[in-house]
Amino acid sequence: METRLRATLPDQELLKLYEQMVLSREFEESCAEQYTKGHITGFLHLYSGQEAVAVGATAGLHKDDYILSAYREHAQAIVRGADPRRVMAELFGKATGVCKGKGGSMHLFDPALNFMGGYAIVGGQFPIAVGLAFAAKYRQEDRIAACFFGDGAVNQGTFHESLNWARLWELPVLFICENNFYGIGTEVHRSSALASIHKRTCGYDIPSEKVDGMDVVAVYKAIKYAAEKVRETSHPYFIEAVTYRFRGHSMADPAKYRSVAEHEVWKSRDPIPALAKRLVAEEITTDEHLAGIRNKCLALVQEAVKFAEESPWPEDSEVYNDIYV
Amino acid sequence: MSEMTYRDALNLALKEELRRDPSVVLWGEDVALYEGSFKVTRGLLAEFGEERIKDTPISENTIVGVAVGAAMGGLRPVAELMTVNFALLAMDQIINHMAKIRSMFGGQTFLPMVVRMPGGGGSQLAAQHSQSLESYFMHCPGLHIAYPATPADAKGLLKSAIRDNNPVIFLEHELLYNSKGEVPDDPEFLVPFGRANIIRSGTDVTIVAYARMSILALQAAGELEKEGVSCEVIDLRTLSPLDSETFIASARKTGRAVVVEECWGTAGLGGDIAHRIHEACFDNLLAPVRRVSGLDVPMPYSRKIEKICIPRAETIADAVREVVGRKY
Repeated sequence: METRLRATLPDQELLKLYEQMVLSREFEESCAEQYTKGHITGFLHLYSGQEAVAVGATAGLHKDDYILSAYREHAQAIVRGADPRRVMAELFGKATGVCKGKGGSMHLFDPALNFMGGYAIVGGQFPIAVGLAFAAKYRQEDRIAACFFGDGAVNQGTFHESLNWARLWELPVLFICENNFYGIGTEVHRSSALASIHKRTCGYDIPSEKVDGMDVVAVYKAIKYAAEKVRETSHPYFIEAVTYRFRGHSMADPAKYRSVAEHEVWKSRDPIPALAKRLVAEEITTDEHLAGIRNKCLALVQEAVKFAEESPWPEDSEVYNDIYV
Repeated sequence: MSEMTYRDALNLALKEELRRDPSVVLWGEDVALYEGSFKVTRGLLAEFGEERIKDTPISENTIVGVAVGAAMGGLRPVAELMTVNFALLAMDQIINHMAKIRSMFGGQTFLPMVVRMPGGGGSQLAAQHSQSLESYFMHCPGLHIAYPATPADAKGLLKSAIRDNNPVIFLEHELLYNSKGEVPDDPEFLVPFGRANIIRSGTDVTIVAYARMSILALQAAGELEKEGVSCEVIDLRTLSPLDSETFIASARKTGRAVVVEECWGTAGLGGDIAHRIHEACFDNLLAPVRRVSGLDVPMPYSRKIEKICIPRAETIADAVREVVGRKY
């Protein structure tokens, strides 16, 4: 049974979760449009459908906590506070992008926000998260490392090496698996002998739980609890958030490996209208107010696109910068 | 100055930097309690404790990756891979992460980290434990690479590596660990990166080498002197940055060059160096640049045939004789 929203967070915080999910969705849908126009090139992996995970999880973390992710990370960066204009400019390959146009969609990074990167080698971020957690513990900083990854990453060597290592060295790492059921076109049960991913952590003596990744409040509560456990004990914790991407793996993927029926079932669980319905039902807000939030997000995204379009390209001489200190 | 081994010079460099900077931490397989497979980390656990000197699981990719994260988080990790051969298991973290992170994130972070790895052949360890992989690392932008030939350089380069704000691949030659030499006692003694060392001056031919190959080149130069051939021997010290200026100036002066590499010759770093010399000194050269390389074969175990796979003083001397026009 769903918890009452009011029992979890103040009204303003709940509305912020809604706004962040809408901003993420509108940003991604706009990216798709800009991709078809040829303004965004290269790989583009969109987050539509999974918003409750990034938004709920980020709300459950402290601002000082490190966040790392894979290559479907626009929402994680924006929800953390990255300027949508500079994220869009990065996707356009412009000099004003968060990484000066050198990273692109898969490599957003903003150390001022403790957003420590999008990584495009599946599983590459695991040991880096462990290392950041080690540094934080060694320097006696009050922060943990939250490491997002997909279901496809759990069969990489680094997954097992890093879980073992984090537990062995007692490091504050919160592993957050976004199980959207597909590693590109390969469904979890076709790649993992044990498809219930959170159960795999018993081999490393790491507590884990599964959460409904389409319910932003459920994700928030699970992450908040887990993050506090990690902070208190300096032991890793593992959350499996079960979710679904509404689009293909990337813009190049028409997702023909999924049935229409399956897609429809998940679409009916879209986390954004689901939260809207509850917000209105509990009289936290009105439909009109929510429409206002949507318009505000749309305007932000339009502004981001305009900023990206009008931004300059990087200078050719820029290729030699930033390789060495 | 104190006389000490290459191993002890490395050990001293680690100790001095650990004493100097509390952000220096060290980990690897068997580096703490066991004090290192080659005993380079002897005494470190006792002096610096288990917070800073840490044994790891046998997880090479993660040994490097944890160092990447720790460096991003404000530390100066020194990770040890038991041998360079095992770096192949860590190539994802080395090439895709350690070498790329600063650039792909637009210069917003830097990685002050060192990955130490003993390597080289000549100990009858067969194909999987005798490799010289320096060209693999050198091919990739974003890394600094040091490979000392002498105990003094071992100390000075390792200290520079630890203080470097760039990620450093620090290669150590297993057959040099017991070699002895004078090492400055000064805890501020540093050998800068990117400056090759002219370890012997000469006028007839330039020999460009690194690490153990530099020692062999000196031996060859000693023999050749008896034949009236004056060799200038250049020890590169660091492969990245590569001090092209020094070897180009030398080759321009002598008009002849031999490049020695322990790694396989095909697509090896010696080809790159020879090309740089040809391109810069073509009008000054009296003979084509010669290369002396490891044979293009997986290293055999048997000492009789292993020997012929690795450059020797005799093969270097023969190459010099060829470029100076005295074939034997």
